[in-house]
Amino acid sequence: MRLVIDIARTHLISKPRQTIIAMLGVTFGIGMFIAMVSLMTGLNNFTEELTMTSSPDIHIYHDVTESRPSVIEQVNVGGINKVHHQKPKNETPRLRNAHQIAALIRRDPRVTGVAPSISSQVFYNYGPVQLSGNILGVDIIEEDKLFELREKMKEGRIEDLKANHDGIIMGRGLARKLNARTGDRVVITTPQGYTMTLKIVGVFQMGLGSIDNVRSYANLSTVQTILQQDHLYVTDINIKLKDLLLAKSIAPGYQRMYGYKAEDWETANATFLTGNIIRNILTYSVSITLLIVAGFGIYNILNMTIYNKMKDIAILKAMGFAGRDVKQIFMIQSLVIGFIGSLLGLAIGYGLSLLIAQAPFNGGDFISLDHFPVNFDPKYYIIGIVFGVTTTAFAGYMPSRKASKIDPIEILRG
Amino acid sequence: MNTTAFEPHVLHTHKITKYFYEPDKFQVLKEIDLTVHKGEFLSLVGKSGCGKSTLMYVLSTMDTDYEGELEIAGVRLTDKTQNELAAFRNKHIGFVFQFHYLLPEFTTLQNVMIPALKLGKYSRKEVEDRAYAKLEMLGMKEHALKPTSKLSGGQQQRVAIARALINDPDIIMGDEPTGNLDSYNTHVVFDIFQELTHTYKQTIIAVTHDEEFARKSDRIVEMSDGHIVR
Repeated sequence: MRLVIDIARTHLISKPRQTIIAMLGVTFGIGMFIAMVSLMTGLNNFTEELTMTSSPDIHIYHDVTESRPSVIEQVNVGGINKVHHQKPKNETPRLRNAHQIAALIRRDPRVTGVAPSISSQVFYNYGPVQLSGNILGVDIIEEDKLFELREKMKEGRIEDLKANHDGIIMGRGLARKLNARTGDRVVITTPQGYTMTLKIVGVFQMGLGSIDNVRSYANLSTVQTILQQDHLYVTDINIKLKDLLLAKSIAPGYQRMYGYKAEDWETANATFLTGNIIRNILTYSVSITLLIVAGFGIYNILNMTIYNKMKDIAILKAMGFAGRDVKQIFMIQSLVIGFIGSLLGLAIGYGLSLLIAQAPFNGGDFISLDHFPVNFDPKYYIIGIVFGVTTTAFAGYMPSRKASKIDPIEILRG
Repeated sequence: MNTTAFEPHVLHTHKITKYFYEPDKFQVLKEIDLTVHKGEFLSLVGKSGCGKSTLMYVLSTMDTDYEGELEIAGVRLTDKTQNELAAFRNKHIGFVFQFHYLLPEFTTLQNVMIPALKLGKYSRKEVEDRAYAKLEMLGMKEHALKPTSKLSGGQQQRVAIARALINDPDIIMGDEPTGNLDSYNTHVVFDIFQELTHTYKQTIIAVTHDEEFARKSDRIVEMSDGHIVR
């Protein structure tokens, strides 16, 4: 075996240019793979994190717009019924027995946090201008457990909300539009026409325009007062799970049990996640194409080497090398090319990723982002090297097998 | 067949027959019976196309597409697998061809060492010592560390002989071993072969066109139309 390795090494060293070109093919393929996969998964993780901050694992609410069976369908079951343009019933978005439901869900061992809340459309008055937005009545401490609000605070602390009965924590984009800052008072108007003056005790930034530009947090009791509701009024229950991947299977159970719509995060953010899938497909298809091209390069170079070394192979066989030994000589060469090429590729990919991570990128109003998010997960480096070595092994196998099948007599007889 | 009934022989064939199928079916070897004794220097001669090279490659074990029986060093080789035959060649047969077929990337010494390293019977150091000894015997010791491309044709052929000898084979087979050499180097190679057979009891079978070479060898086997005629 050592002799076979010696011969393979000598072949590689004696033709350095050829060896380096073959290696560069792999290096380029793997380098691009690492750079692309780092950027794409970085973007994916970033958007996934955003969706996590903007939506709970499971969201229970009363979907008043959900279509319901008409009266005639309830009476005449199975008959041919036609009801055109049925309007929803006059229902409030209130969840009945919300606190009992929350208490029951809290006992579920798969759940780590439950936060009842109230959401409502409101107008923020800015002089004569009214900005539409929404207000969320929450137990801010519970909400923090679900969405890590503490980290998103730009001004003030979440505890300030607890202490201030008429306080709100406002989204940064909204605060900017209102030209308001911590300590200022803003007037809000509910759709029912009730007006109230609230004091800004903090400013948060989620990084997602669709939230930062419209949302404020207030205490549950504050929002109940604005909406002129009793102290049991709750419209939403947000749930955090131990394993967020279980959301899709747990949600329907809750929906059946409590009779309210239970939406998992994957359904709520389907568009975001489709983007992730498309990015993944793109990354892998480009990388595989690059590696196949590199593989053909290795195939070609090995074929050429074997063609040039027909005589050597013939004499080796005459001297007692079995077909297996000859195959090993050439397989070792392609694997060494693949391995070293892949290692260099990882280094180059890492370098490119570092460069990309420093490139400025303006996310605009929608996403607060100043640099490309790049993922340095070692998992992809392992995939890269496995990928590279496997491709070269495949590319090297056919020429090597051909070499092992060379009939020495044809060559030695001249 | 009881082989001990004959005087000690290295190679023995029984009714070896071989056909070529391209372009037409053609019987190239016709029931060849040949026995070669230890220490014999045998020349295989005959006109082009008489089958002498074909016979040599059957004897070399590289060509397995024949009928009949082949036995070398007391081992029946007919019906053995390619891998078994490769291992057998490594241990028992040395080759010298018309062209030297040295590996160009390796030094003279490394070329001689390769078959011994493949055999794996001796340590690397012992193999190196043995290779030096063989090179010295052939007057090539001072060229041991040169790349083979820097040697002259005669020198290259001597290195090839050293390589054929490294595993102390039972038999050396040569296909036109002097066919590519000038008359001086032909003499040198012939003298080496003669010394090997007479001094070291080495068995040699050489296919040759060179009449003088054949005449000076111990035994001439002449072939014609697939038969041994002399």
